[in-house]
Amino acid sequence: MSVKQGLLALLAEEPMYGARLRSEFEARTGGTWPLNVGQVYTTLARLERDGLVEPVGGSDEEGRIAYRLTEAGRSEIESWWLTPVDRDSTPRDELVIKLALAVTSPGVDVQRVVQTQRTATLKHLRDLTRLKSRASDEPDAHDLAWLLVLENLLFAAEAEVRWLDHVESTLGRMPSATLRGARAAAAVAEPVDQDDGPRATAASKGGRS
Amino acid sequence: MSTSSGPDSPVLVLEDVSRVHGEGETEVFALSHASLTVARGELVAVMGPSGSGKSSLLNLAGGLDRATTGRVVVEGVDVSSLDAKGLAALRRRSIGFVFQDLNLIPSLTAAENIGLPLELDGWSVRRARSQALDALDRLKLRELADRYPDQMSGGQQQRVAIARALVGERTLVLADEPTGALDSHTGEGVLKILRQRCDAGAAGLLVTHEARHAAWADRVVFLRDGVIVDETGAAPTADSLLAEAR
Repeated sequence: MSVKQGLLALLAEEPMYGARLRSEFEARTGGTWPLNVGQVYTTLARLERDGLVEPVGGSDEEGRIAYRLTEAGRSEIESWWLTPVDRDSTPRDELVIKLALAVTSPGVDVQRVVQTQRTATLKHLRDLTRLKSRASDEPDAHDLAWLLVLENLLFAAEAEVRWLDHVESTLGRMPSATLRGARAAAAVAEPVDQDDGPRATAASKGGRS
Repeated sequence: MSTSSGPDSPVLVLEDVSRVHGEGETEVFALSHASLTVARGELVAVMGPSGSGKSSLLNLAGGLDRATTGRVVVEGVDVSSLDAKGLAALRRRSIGFVFQDLNLIPSLTAAENIGLPLELDGWSVRRARSQALDALDRLKLRELADRYPDQMSGGQQQRVAIARALVGERTLVLADEPTGALDSHTGEGVLKILRQRCDAGAAGLLVTHEARHAAWADRVVFLRDGVIVDETGAAPTADSLLAEAR
């Protein structure tokens, strides 16, 4: 997905100008994906070039131009809702790459790498759980969006811990000769920073609840 | 033997505790030199692979088993100094247990099950019932008071088992996989209750293999082969989380 579909989905409701598109987008995705206004205007320009949106009249007294969907834009967004998200293109995941390299690199204590990461991921999971437990029991539509985003992050962190458990038990069953030098106590890399990227940004929405 | 006990002293202290089964060549360490402190208001999760010593740790903390070496102190009382009668009294008064198999007595109603430990401790039936109803009220389960276990769903039985663990003035709650086979929503409700009780001043120790459940705790302790191998730091307070977010 790009910002493109997000803006089209919002414009399907009513015409909006850039700043409002930006604030609506952030509010309705639980703040997972902060946009800057420049991104919004660049995307609007591209959508206009491709005939998917058009300006509604001229600029208002503050110089803002509202945009609405064209017919082509409307059919684009309708087909997007029902098109499955592409899962074939595998995103690069630093942790997966780190573990894959660790088990094949001499002198790396893989168990410590796993344990260090698991501790960090569990802390992240705990912080997300705290935020979730503060969420309202009777959420409005925006709270619900935020809650669902938060739960997505919880599931992802939980899956990561389960995978790390699996890595650990698989390593435990391996004959030591299989792991080249993995037992030698040596360099342990830093855990992948859980505070980077969209997860932490979503967690920062805690102030809402 | 009684050691220091006050509002700020920890509810549970394990000091260099080992539990050894067998001897000589057949000697096995179920738990090896474990040290752990759980304060009032704190929920600590214990994780680790099967056979890593999680349940041994819980049983020692609850006085269901005795340490081979080291000290287990509950509410300032060194458990090893107690005889069987003293230990049973400590368990009834200070410690609540929640196990995966609920151990509710089928011929007793929910309120009777919950009041039983108090009655065993010499409380009148009426007073025990009133405490049991309070415990049910706290968990918003009053309507289950007069139902028998076979008249309740698994989730309801589990919550009644928790009410029993929390009845009276118990300050230490020990839970071993308390969500058992419950669905995720009901299981989460059980953990929420545990969390609330700890926030209200109890100390909790939760054995679980689910990261999602351990995430309700303030700290997570990892065991492998009977040894505590790692521990997450203390949780940030909700206020500090929010401050960070601003």
